Amino acid sequence: MSLAPPSLLGKGVGGLGSSVAAPSALSRLLRNPLAAASLCVLTLIVLMAVVYPLISPYSYTHQTADISAPASARHWLGTDDSGYDLLTRLAMGARVSLSVGVGVEILVLAVGIPIGLIAGYYGRWTDTLLMRLTDMMFAFPDILLAILIMAIYGQSLGNLFVALAITGWPGLARLVRGQTLSLRGREFVEAARALGIPSGQIIRRHVLPNLLSPIVVAATIDLAGVIIAEATLSFLGIGVQDTLPSWGKMISVAQTSHYGRSNPSLVIYPALCLSLTVLCLNFLGDALRDALDPRSEKNT
Amino acid sequence: MLQFLLQRFALALVSVWAVCTLTFFIAASAPGDPALIAAGEKASPAAVAMARHDLGLDKPVLTRYGLYLVGVTHGDLGRSFLRDREPVTHFLRRGLPNTFLLAFAAIVLALLVGLMTGLAAALRPNSLVDRSLMTSVLIGVTLPNFVLAPVLILIFVQSLGWLPPPAQDNLWAITPDHLVLPTVVLAARPAALIARMTRASLLETLRQDYIRTARAKGLSPLTVLLKHALKNAFLPVLTTAGVSFGYLLSGSFVVERVFTIPGVGEQSISSPGERDYSVIQGTTLLLAVIFVGINLVTDLLYATLDPRVKAAEGTA
Repeated sequence: MSLAPPSLLGKGVGGLGSSVAAPSALSRLLRNPLAAASLCVLTLIVLMAVVYPLISPYSYTHQTADISAPASARHWLGTDDSGYDLLTRLAMGARVSLSVGVGVEILVLAVGIPIGLIAGYYGRWTDTLLMRLTDMMFAFPDILLAILIMAIYGQSLGNLFVALAITGWPGLARLVRGQTLSLRGREFVEAARALGIPSGQIIRRHVLPNLLSPIVVAATIDLAGVIIAEATLSFLGIGVQDTLPSWGKMISVAQTSHYGRSNPSLVIYPALCLSLTVLCLNFLGDALRDALDPRSEKNT
Repeated sequence: MLQFLLQRFALALVSVWAVCTLTFFIAASAPGDPALIAAGEKASPAAVAMARHDLGLDKPVLTRYGLYLVGVTHGDLGRSFLRDREPVTHFLRRGLPNTFLLAFAAIVLALLVGLMTGLAAALRPNSLVDRSLMTSVLIGVTLPNFVLAPVLILIFVQSLGWLPPPAQDNLWAITPDHLVLPTVVLAARPAALIARMTRASLLETLRQDYIRTARAKGLSPLTVLLKHALKNAFLPVLTTAGVSFGYLLSGSFVVERVFTIPGVGEQSISSPGERDYSVIQGTTLLLAVIFVGINLVTDLLYATLDPRVKAAEGTA
């Protein structure tokens, strides 16, 4: 895609196609303070998820003798009413939420992109079939289908991946299909076809690279949705298995016990982690859209 | 118009059939033996066989599918595997008034708040008011309801004591102040979506030539906005409201859990581990059918209100 906008070429970054677009999009992204802040927060949360369980003196399954302890040097955020170290549970919850989110999103991309490309590019019966299939999935509001699958198949990480991926792919497939459909009519695709380049190669070399920006944006915002969906299911008690902590489950457990005596921090910390992650992903997605779409530069 | 109506109606019927099929086969392929669940863990083989026969689980899957479809058309959704093998429709009939009351209150609130917020923001685009409103809208869209609910409970029930704690009772039987928090929590996201759409749609409409004409005639900005722009900007808002209603239905699972409201969601998944397949299946079917119905109504309203759609669809 040597369609680099003139503004990029003018900056003297060199004019050779997509290798230029990525770094300049990144620098444009980082110039947006909200996006930079979101990236920082997300990095911190990922660090907490990856590093803290390794250095924490407690295991996430270890019930210490301190029950409902306040924050102290031994328990940085205190313990909950089962004696779990809150920070350790939060970090493990981050691991669970983030890996479910990323894993499901990869599944969704792996299923949604090829189906959307094929339906959009070849049209006819493949397209009709796809649209009917997605219509069928869209008859279930929101995450109702995932609720059904999890309630019937029971809680487990594996079931969760499948349930959320099944609920998630139709949206992405539709997006890719729509974009492909409009790209198919563009001159450079028609030129490639006139030159006799096989369809597979046209899709890979000419259509897919032009789809990357909308896909990256959609995947970032979808990731927030998947994380909310996982937390919702875990909150309802039909998400990850009982042995694993999850932000959603932590909120639910704290919620059911806190009508009697209350320790608000048990609700507030997981709620804060979840909200920050989801908000930052949304900010990042919006900023990515602006950074990757050179046309929107004119508006700002 | 009749052709358009029939076409949409047929599509909705196909959707309902698809939903029936999908829910049936997901439930039928469930791991574990439902007859064993129904008879109880320690039941004798004879008792399990009896439960299997009683629930019709000894028939082949396709026969059961056929019987299920026939049953659905007669309003028979099978019986609960647990809980005295009560018909599924009894559970739904008990839960639906609560779920519906909540969803209805929430969509009314969401429309009111959403339309007003969107209007206020669109009056002066990019002003301080607009920016702060749109920031709260973004928070409303992203914050999940099970985060919002505990925080509001902490503030309004536990700290300030303005509102009563959840009542664990039929919503129609208790005082309206129990309804306030669940309604607000459920309405937050739809309200934010509606506000965003109202603003975008209004700004788009305000660029049209006929708005300039109306302004040039010397009409006051408020008259132009309310009488000329809002009417045309309302259509996309209507669609958003229709789609949001679907969110209300699945969101009710969470809100019913937090506020211990005996609605359809809470009745079907309140006891984890005890998987009452047929009740979950029936609940999903009911909610999806309501969703399809609302989408159908939205489509038809859209066509009635916007002559362009009628013309385009009529020729297609």
